[in-house]
Amino acid sequence: MFSYVLRRLLAAVPIALGVSMVCFGLVYLAPGDPVQTLLPPDADAETVAQLKRLYGLDRPLAVQYLSWLGRVLSGDFGRSIATGRPVAEEIARSLGNTVLLAGLSVVVAFSVAFALGTIAGRRAGSWLDRCVTGVAVVGVSVPNYWLGIVLVIVFAVEMMALPASGMAGDGFDPTSWEHLKHLVLPVITLSMIPVGIIARTTRSAVSEVMNQEFVTTLRANGLPEWRVLRHALKNALPPVLAVMGLQFGTLMGGSILVETVFSWPGSGFLLSKAILTRDVPVLQGTILVLALIFVLTNLAVDLVQSSVDPRIRRA
Amino acid sequence: MQPLVEVEDLSVDFVTRESRVRAVNGVSFSMMPGEVMCMLGESGSGKSVTMRALMRLLPPKRSEIGGRIRIAGQDVLAMDDRALRRMRGGVVSMIFQEPMTAFDPVVRVGDQIAEVVAQHRGVSRREGLRRALELFDLVRIPSAERRLQAYPHELSGGLRQRAMIALALSCEPKLLLADEPTTALDATVQIQVLILLRSLQRELGMSVVFVTHDLGVAAEIADRVAIMYAGRIVETGSVREVLRSPLHPYTSGLLGSTVHDQPRDRALETIPGAPPDMRALPPGCSFAPRCPQALGECASGPPPAVSPAPGRVARCLRVAAPQQPEYA
Ligand SMILES: Nc1ncnc2c1ncn2[C@@H]1O[C@H](COP(=O)(O)OP(=O)(O)OP(=O)(O)O)[C@@H](O)[C@H]1O
Ligand SMILES: [Mg+2]
Repeated sequence: MFSYVLRRLLAAVPIALGVSMVCFGLVYLAPGDPVQTLLPPDADAETVAQLKRLYGLDRPLAVQYLSWLGRVLSGDFGRSIATGRPVAEEIARSLGNTVLLAGLSVVVAFSVAFALGTIAGRRAGSWLDRCVTGVAVVGVSVPNYWLGIVLVIVFAVEMMALPASGMAGDGFDPTSWEHLKHLVLPVITLSMIPVGIIARTTRSAVSEVMNQEFVTTLRANGLPEWRVLRHALKNALPPVLAVMGLQFGTLMGGSILVETVFSWPGSGFLLSKAILTRDVPVLQGTILVLALIFVLTNLAVDLVQSSVDPRIRRA
Repeated sequence: MQPLVEVEDLSVDFVTRESRVRAVNGVSFSMMPGEVMCMLGESGSGKSVTMRALMRLLPPKRSEIGGRIRIAGQDVLAMDDRALRRMRGGVVSMIFQEPMTAFDPVVRVGDQIAEVVAQHRGVSRREGLRRALELFDLVRIPSAERRLQAYPHELSGGLRQRAMIALALSCEPKLLLADEPTTALDATVQIQVLILLRSLQRELGMSVVFVTHDLGVAAEIADRVAIMYAGRIVETGSVREVLRSPLHPYTSGLLGSTVHDQPRDRALETIPGAPPDMRALPPGCSFAPRCPQALGECASGPPPAVSPAPGRVARCLRVAAPQQPEYA
């Protein structure tokens, strides 16, 4: 087990390097010059060149990348062009909020979807199964920014039961209803797609496992149905975990629209602001951190999977 | 002495919305405690379905069981869930053909046995593991202690099947149903597992139903054989008599098509034709279309069971019937 963990960790290093290159390079592929947004449109060439020198944008790309990588490795992501504050600080503040939102959404989605998928998978083909499949299809198909807006209109504007945007204040206090209230609508909105995807994966995994021979063996040995189901769920878990991990990664990066709809001060919100202002250091830093979280999530999923299924460790 | 198993006129239908297929049709037999019966027959003749029906392991919504099954004095078809759970593993257990897929792949073998022991005997997991160790010694698995910790994929096919036997014997069943337990194994391992099963059967005095395609295996371990064709038992009798002087033309065909005990220079005979389509059986004897000795009447109705000698029953119009069979 230990050597498996070590191998997986080592394999993640080149992936992380590749990710950093892509993050750095992508920003340069996008049209437009970041310096331009800082200066008035009629700024002369001399000023532009000066500013470029100031940010090191006049050096060759490879040199820029290496010096950026060196600084990033020591925790220095540079300063935001828009606010002038250190990027690391901006990311740290917003990332916590996004992890809170995405993490909670995935946990909620997993609990709901695993239960739904198990019910459907045990009775594949029944009307219950068809209901769950229907719910899953709807969950996956509804665009989440649209759902967010609808929820805001219904619960915040019409019923005035829940807040429409923002957090209750800096920091998060899980014992305060005021803080929790702000999470309800964004979490529902964000968990809708993962509920659909995880429910479908669980359903097919459970129904496949329930048709395997060993389930007959368990019954043939007089085990009660709940014990049979426990064996089946343990077998169905690895693929579901994999999908859940992917969903967490997607939510971490993919909550831009939802965070914007709810003005949730997370990394997606930060990212969307940085895109609008062409704040390159913030863009690079945020994308890199989100991508690394994606890589780490996958690594964590692999490790959890292999602890559930001993056959994976050999591969 | 009371018979351990009495099966009367057992039928199994598989039902879907569009169709209804009778996979087992009027099967009757009885077994005394300690008796070993082999079930022989072509693929699809209903051997596995009969075995599963005895333990009510068929999918309840998609199958219907008719007739009577009594095991150890209890009516199996009338059992509620609790009684069924106590019977399964406790009175009757089953070994499957494919030991690879018959264990839960993500749970250690020892724990799977311990769970069953704990369930039936109401003991702790730890006590169950101790019993599992005893069982591994019983089925002669070397380094038993270490093997208990293994996952199914870490054992060889032969060891897995031994572990499967250990699991089946864990709660000392009175009846063991072995559905082609050696088919998936190498020839040499097959013989070892067979020898093990036979010696365990004698040691523990269980009754065993042994499903096989192999007449040699039947001759080796069975007291009695039952030949199945298209969902019916077409012939039963003691293994020596049936193999020496078969009554039913299908049995003769099976004997003729086996590799054992044939002069090398004689070509193997196969039974002409293909196994019947269970969805559209002929109205008369199911074997008649392939039978070299078929008469005109064979197509008119299913032949009744006749018993030309004590302990022998056959369903064929050509067999003369001096006495009525006990179980038709
Ligand atoms: N769950 C099921 N649903 C529908 N039909 C089934 C089911 N299980 C078995 N059958 C049908 O019942 C018939 C008998 O099958 P069975 O498995 O008992 O054959 P068998 O004698 O064990 O053959 P083999 O030697 O290949 O194991 C077959 O025609 C099969 O298609
Ligand atoms: Mg079979």
